[in-house]
Amino acid sequence: MRSTFPIKLLFVTSLFLSATAFANPTESDAEAGEKDLKTEITEYIGHHLKDSHDFSLFSITQENGEKKHIGFPLPVILWDNGLKVFSSSKFHHGEAVAEVDGDYFKLDHSKIYKTDASGTITYDEKHHATNAKPLDFSITKGVVMIFLTGLLMFLLFKGLATSYAKNGSIPKGIGRFFEPIVLYIRDDIAIANIGEKRYKKYMPFLLTVFFFIWFLNMFGLTPFGVNVTGNIAVTTALAIVTFLLTNLTGTKDYWKHLFDPLGDSMPWYGKLPLYVILIPIEILGIFIKPFSLLIRLYANMQAGHIVIMSLIGLMFIFKSWIGSPLSFGLAFAISLIEILVALLQAYIFTMLSALYFGFASEEHDHAEAH
Amino acid sequence: MTIPRIVGAGLIVIGVGVGIGKIGGQAMEAIARQPEAYGKIQTAMLIAAALIEGIGFAALFATAEA
Repeated sequence: MRSTFPIKLLFVTSLFLSATAFANPTESDAEAGEKDLKTEITEYIGHHLKDSHDFSLFSITQENGEKKHIGFPLPVILWDNGLKVFSSSKFHHGEAVAEVDGDYFKLDHSKIYKTDASGTITYDEKHHATNAKPLDFSITKGVVMIFLTGLLMFLLFKGLATSYAKNGSIPKGIGRFFEPIVLYIRDDIAIANIGEKRYKKYMPFLLTVFFFIWFLNMFGLTPFGVNVTGNIAVTTALAIVTFLLTNLTGTKDYWKHLFDPLGDSMPWYGKLPLYVILIPIEILGIFIKPFSLLIRLYANMQAGHIVIMSLIGLMFIFKSWIGSPLSFGLAFAISLIEILVALLQAYIFTMLSALYFGFASEEHDHAEAH
Repeated sequence: MTIPRIVGAGLIVIGVGVGIGKIGGQAMEAIARQPEAYGKIQTAMLIAAALIEGIGFAALFATAEA
């Protein structure tokens, strides 16, 4: 019975605290400001989740109401009746119209549109811009992070390779951290799912994709605010590589399994009505597998970022002393979970890719069972 | 009268939660029964959970887009 007392106390205290926390916004003139704040936070989160044309770390609103952006611009590369290359500082963070060789471009929701000299953007009834869009090959924030991760991985693993060659296969320094991970991927992911015979062919891809996703997920948790693996274009590209590898390296038995799953166990007139349903499902399955890969990674990272940013946003909504510790505590706990999720999603992507490669490299050993 | 989307999202989360919870619970039972098969059970559990999660996310996107 005694143990219920602290819980009751906690409950009463939390009621009291929530009463004081919600007391402020009921004042009538605070209402409008509250709504603005909420839309501002929503816009801020939305902006963070998108790729952007400049690497802005944060912005300060100065005393005269002007916003000062801290960060650096990135190159914009457009194809619109010829190649156009200019710095994204011309957009002034979406506030100004950029003029390049007599053409005018403007940013709207992180996308570049072609406009007239005054920068008018017309919208349809769903609030989508109807202006012409040039082909955009810009080095955006996400592309910069992909380059950096690629460079980091190249330097890291190239250095490890030379270190292994010099020390006679004994790990040194950071190699002691990475060796068990590489061995785990080889023994428990590649060999376990693909088999002794063919696993070597897939190892480069599995290791690359694992470390690439893991590093980018971890970069997403740093205050640089990059969201690369939470970008559906990036995960789609990764899933397409898995899709191509699966189908281009598929064995004869893999294709036979797709188009003749019942084999010799049935005469053709028995197979015919079944195959009308079975073969379309099998063909659909080829595409659903990589599709689920891309959706899973994208949605997990996107959801994690939204949750952390919303919890930080709570601090500004509560506007009382309870807000900061509550928001900090929750954001801290979710960040810890996100560190786990960053590793888990890289593992799942690698694992399922290996599983699909395993399907593609199956050989006749199952045929004897029929 | 239309049912709000958020109800659909809630139903999806309930379904996914029950599904993944069942997988996790039964994996624990299996590990308790055969601790030496820990690695294999964990791998199978994660794959099954990831597949359910994928469907759940696809459904969540469908509720958001519809």
